[in-house]
Amino acid sequence: MITYTSTDHFVLLPGLLLALFGCAVLLLDFLFPKDVKGRGWLVGIALSGVGFASWQSWQQYLYLKAHSMTPLVAFNGALVLDGFALFFNGIVLASAALVMLISYRYLEDEKEHHTEYYALVLFAACGAFFLNGGLDMVTIFVGLELMAVSFYILVGFLRTDKRSNEAAMKYLLLGGFSTGFLIYGFSIFYGLTGSTNLAALATVIPARGANDPLLYLAIVTTLVGLLFKIGAAPFHMWAPDTYEGAPTTVTAFLAVASKTASFALLLRVMLVGLGTAREMWEPLLTGAAVLTLTIGNLAAISQSNVKRLLAYSSIGHAGYVLLGLIAGNQTGLIGVSIYLLTYAFSTIGAFLVLIALRRRGVAVETIEDLASLGKRYPYYALLMLLFLMSLAGLPPTAGFIGKYYIFLSLVESGKYGLAIVGALYVAVSLYYYFRLVRSMFLTESIEAQVLAPSNGVRLVLALTGIATIAMGILPEPFLRMAAISLGR
Amino acid sequence: MITINHYMAVSAALLLIGTVGVMTRRNIVVILMSIELILNAVNVNLIAFSKYHNQVTGQVFAIFVIAVAVAEAAVGLGVLIAMFRNKGTVQADEVDLLKW
Repeated sequence: MITYTSTDHFVLLPGLLLALFGCAVLLLDFLFPKDVKGRGWLVGIALSGVGFASWQSWQQYLYLKAHSMTPLVAFNGALVLDGFALFFNGIVLASAALVMLISYRYLEDEKEHHTEYYALVLFAACGAFFLNGGLDMVTIFVGLELMAVSFYILVGFLRTDKRSNEAAMKYLLLGGFSTGFLIYGFSIFYGLTGSTNLAALATVIPARGANDPLLYLAIVTTLVGLLFKIGAAPFHMWAPDTYEGAPTTVTAFLAVASKTASFALLLRVMLVGLGTAREMWEPLLTGAAVLTLTIGNLAAISQSNVKRLLAYSSIGHAGYVLLGLIAGNQTGLIGVSIYLLTYAFSTIGAFLVLIALRRRGVAVETIEDLASLGKRYPYYALLMLLFLMSLAGLPPTAGFIGKYYIFLSLVESGKYGLAIVGALYVAVSLYYYFRLVRSMFLTESIEAQVLAPSNGVRLVLALTGIATIAMGILPEPFLRMAAISLGR
Repeated sequence: MITINHYMAVSAALLLIGTVGVMTRRNIVVILMSIELILNAVNVNLIAFSKYHNQVTGQVFAIFVIAVAVAEAAVGLGVLIAMFRNKGTVQADEVDLLKW
């Protein structure tokens, strides 16, 4: 008997709204003749879709709060609404809205302004919602692929640009490959339990014993897929190429929405489904985290392309977040949430400065292109400095709070070795972030022509800048949000 | 008597063939086909387990996998055509603009 209750509807609604508004944007596109300024309205419709979904998510939060944060399970356990899902939904919604605000001018400049872009951003956000709230492997798989396929198209959105084509092709081939492994792991989980629900998985594992080879195979293949999605070594090779070749607005969205939703999925699978098999996956994840930190931070040193450098630094950040999961205590999980939140704003901000400068006639590709930015555009240079400080984890910016909680959790759980490794790589990351800063403030100028940035870019720069500072100086409300994400 | 282990062996073999194909083949169309092979390994697993557990959940999952694989292949070929128009090649090792 298939039913659709009001609880189902309530839990589903934000994701549903995103999908419906995505379809509406695609359909309404036909109403406007080509080359008409009226297309701006479609951006407005897409943004209002995010707005409605945010409002509905807020209603969900109020409901949960009134019921002492008890998780709300819908669709016979396929989808769950809890603080964790809400928190990550919030990051996805914020990044989608920010990215849509900055995309309009960018796409006009690239002469690829099509409304499909906004529909795909909405669909990707919708897929991310099902990763954040999915408890059933079928739901998770479909949500993951909805997000991934939308991103494949977005990465290759500049159809006439060879590098965009190449980035999309590499992302798609490696993405499809890793999804295959993830699903292979899921199929074995299904064979072991006879259920596609993650919660059912947890009950079977103790009965199978700790060293069951089939369970081990399933965990390893699932981890291959999940580590690929979060851009962790040794499955990180797509990230630098894709980040570099994709349109910069998409790079920002990919680095934030895709990564946070994939981390939400990783946490959900590891803690809900495989929480009782911790001794099996913890060594694997520890190895991956150390390798990720090493590769991300050491490879970033030698980069000359700024987008590529930020891509490697984002690989490094995945390593820190994994450390929070490995620590395994409450502090670690708060650290993961707050780290991803701070990372989201700093990363969008850093990529946005690149977009804004490109708007001003400077083709920002290599580090040399940033030369003497401090003299030419002091505001941008200061904002970039702020975002880089946050990514490096220096106080009083947002990134410091995230790193602080990650390291605190490692010390609390007695994993001193990992804490030392992490701290060493913070020092390494300072070196390459401050290569950018040195280039901005201490090297000689090249001539560049001045163009005014769009209001959307100005607005988003201000928002991300304020958020990065605010989280550093007044972390209290954001830590409360992170605590809510753990259902408290 | 064909048991569940036989099906799992076939599935593992398909996974292995697909993996080797992705790793070694140069033609992107063949790589896409290898990825389809991996997804079919999953389908064999799911259907076999579905029969083993005497329920339909696995078969429903397999239908979802098939549908999603089609969507992915469609996008993959679309991207491939866009790339072929710009670069005139479908060989993976000639795609080398982005590297360190």
